[in-house]
Amino acid sequence: MPLLEIEALHVEIEGKKIINGLDLTINPLEVHALMGPNGSGKSTLSYAIMGHPRYKVTGGDIRFNGASILHMPVDERARLGIFLGFQYPMEVSGVSVENFLRTAAEAKERKDVPILAFHRALLKRAEAMSIPQSFLDRYLNEGFSGGEKKRNEVLQMAVLVPKLAVLDEIDSGLDIDALRLVAEGVNRLIHEDRLSLLLITHYQRVLEYIEPGFVHIMVGGRIVKSGGYELAQQLDKMGYEWVREA
Amino acid sequence: MTDPAEGIIDKPADSRYVFRARKGLNEEIIREISGQKKEPGWMLEKRLESYRIFLGKPVPTWGPDLSRLDFDEIIFYIRPEDYKAMRWEDVPEDIKKTYDALGIPETEKKYLAGLVAQYESEAVYTNLKKAWDSKGVIFTDMDSAVREHPELVKEYFMTKCVPATDNKFSALHGAVWSGGSFVYVPKGVKVEIPLQTYFRMNTRSFGQFEHTLIIVEPGAEVHYIEGCTAPRYSVSSLHSAVVEIFVKDGARARYTTIQNWSTDVYNLNTKRALVYENGIMEWVGGSLGSGVTMLYPASLLVGKGARAEHLNIAFAGKGQNKDTGAKVILMAPDTSASITAKSISKDGGRSVYRGLVKITGNATGARAHVECQSLMLDDRSSVDTIPIIEQFTPQSSVGHEATVGRIDEEQLFYLMSRGVSRDDAVALIVRGFIEPVAKELPMGYAVELNRLIQLEMKGA
Repeated sequence: MPLLEIEALHVEIEGKKIINGLDLTINPLEVHALMGPNGSGKSTLSYAIMGHPRYKVTGGDIRFNGASILHMPVDERARLGIFLGFQYPMEVSGVSVENFLRTAAEAKERKDVPILAFHRALLKRAEAMSIPQSFLDRYLNEGFSGGEKKRNEVLQMAVLVPKLAVLDEIDSGLDIDALRLVAEGVNRLIHEDRLSLLLITHYQRVLEYIEPGFVHIMVGGRIVKSGGYELAQQLDKMGYEWVREA
Repeated sequence: MTDPAEGIIDKPADSRYVFRARKGLNEEIIREISGQKKEPGWMLEKRLESYRIFLGKPVPTWGPDLSRLDFDEIIFYIRPEDYKAMRWEDVPEDIKKTYDALGIPETEKKYLAGLVAQYESEAVYTNLKKAWDSKGVIFTDMDSAVREHPELVKEYFMTKCVPATDNKFSALHGAVWSGGSFVYVPKGVKVEIPLQTYFRMNTRSFGQFEHTLIIVEPGAEVHYIEGCTAPRYSVSSLHSAVVEIFVKDGARARYTTIQNWSTDVYNLNTKRALVYENGIMEWVGGSLGSGVTMLYPASLLVGKGARAEHLNIAFAGKGQNKDTGAKVILMAPDTSASITAKSISKDGGRSVYRGLVKITGNATGARAHVECQSLMLDDRSSVDTIPIIEQFTPQSSVGHEATVGRIDEEQLFYLMSRGVSRDDAVALIVRGFIEPVAKELPMGYAVELNRLIQLEMKGA
């Protein structure tokens, strides 16, 4: 059974049509890359999958493990095993990374999580990503550099161990070292925790570190071309104009 | 999660009063209070004079509505068993139970160097570490201080800091005050462990008028902490405390309080510090509960280079009116003040920041900064900011910032995308909002503040 099935999806924001009949199927253990120019609707798709209340689904369906999730609030979708890595993670003042993650872990487990055991497990996860302990005491994304925010997203994913992660431009604003750290974190989840992935990106560069089995190109709210890794390489050489003309 | 304190906290413990004062107030009752306490004549005179001032002053009308406050319906003095314990083991069981419900942690008790716990209107338990005795530190209940340290009390008690003439409620307080703490820290002595006390009201319509007097001699340091909760009653009660703090040259004092009176209580206080040359005064407060609260801790910076920091969080829920703020008067060169006032309003609660910053003509180089942050959890609640700034020298600076926020939907989406329910996400954001205050509190109190806010968030 497919993990995620998107069928003839239409999405509007404040009456404006952004996604116009999009189909996408992701099976367990698959890594998909979604590429496309600015304004093509990539981020809108990620928000629609997660269930942001401002993004109205006006047609089609999104199914997870065979059942429609359209009626579900955001937190319920998350507890099913869907994770969204934000392009611009929100700052929440006064709430430490560790405190927040423990709250999220408790929501997922539906019970209290022992503080010390959680702390040790979190430290291990953080260490694996070269994240210092002091980072965990900082307020969620407040004063974080671009690279720190993205690493924090991947750390959250590592702690929550979702089945499907949608990573929205996880590579934007990262220098090469930061990109490598983030990619290593994602790859570890793919290999050790059987994570399936929808990787949204502008650039082919990140795909050198996280290699997709499938590449889709989105233009004007639809997927206009799908293929393997070679499609991303082709795109890198020829640009989006090539797809538009096609 | 179930809270062990829930349910217990709102039930009054068995009352065992030896003496019960009648409702209302007259000279006879004041003489009776003074007599019960076996006070010297000068204190009785002070009480009677305060009572005359009280009668001559109108109820203030510039703030919250106090028209339902009926002085004839209030019990002004009550005395617990004629009993005083010097050891924790001797404290009556039901009083201990009450403290347990308040969540004073066992480990913290161990570290308490001294503890004056006021049950009803008189301290029943006093214990001061011997080490401090040897340094000359005095930490005792106010009634004992009147008898044992009359010279200090005569000089500082409602004289130059908060005189009875200050306002209607300070006058009332002067007439019927009972209990409270007395702290004296001699020159150069630094008291490293905070001095703590808990207050709790336990009789219907019972006004509590504890008096706290803190004298910090030059170069000395002290941190005084006070927390209160009360069982719920339906008839209005009055709490009107006075706090007087003297921060001498180069001394430092921190006064921390968490108040959680039941919502039928009028909480009308006068708290003030006189800060001398290079002295530092810090006010840290969490104000929950009460029906009507009027609380504006004041710092009078009378010496060159004196500094004041005010940090407060107020929570206004259903039927609550929180009129809180700060009053800072910078009266000498190079004085400075920083005021941070946070408020949360919910279920129709009303939060008002009312503040005065005054820089007098000779306070050259004075600096003050005021920051008000309000969080409104729904459209039925309201927030007001009334900052008054009076600047009488151009060679000074005052900054003011005010923000009124709501829970950000994008923040909620972010938190919920990790599986956290909407209610828990709101609670997280609220907790983050109060964190700047919570982190200034000792661990046990920070936990208690968070617990109280979570209870308030649930109970509406």
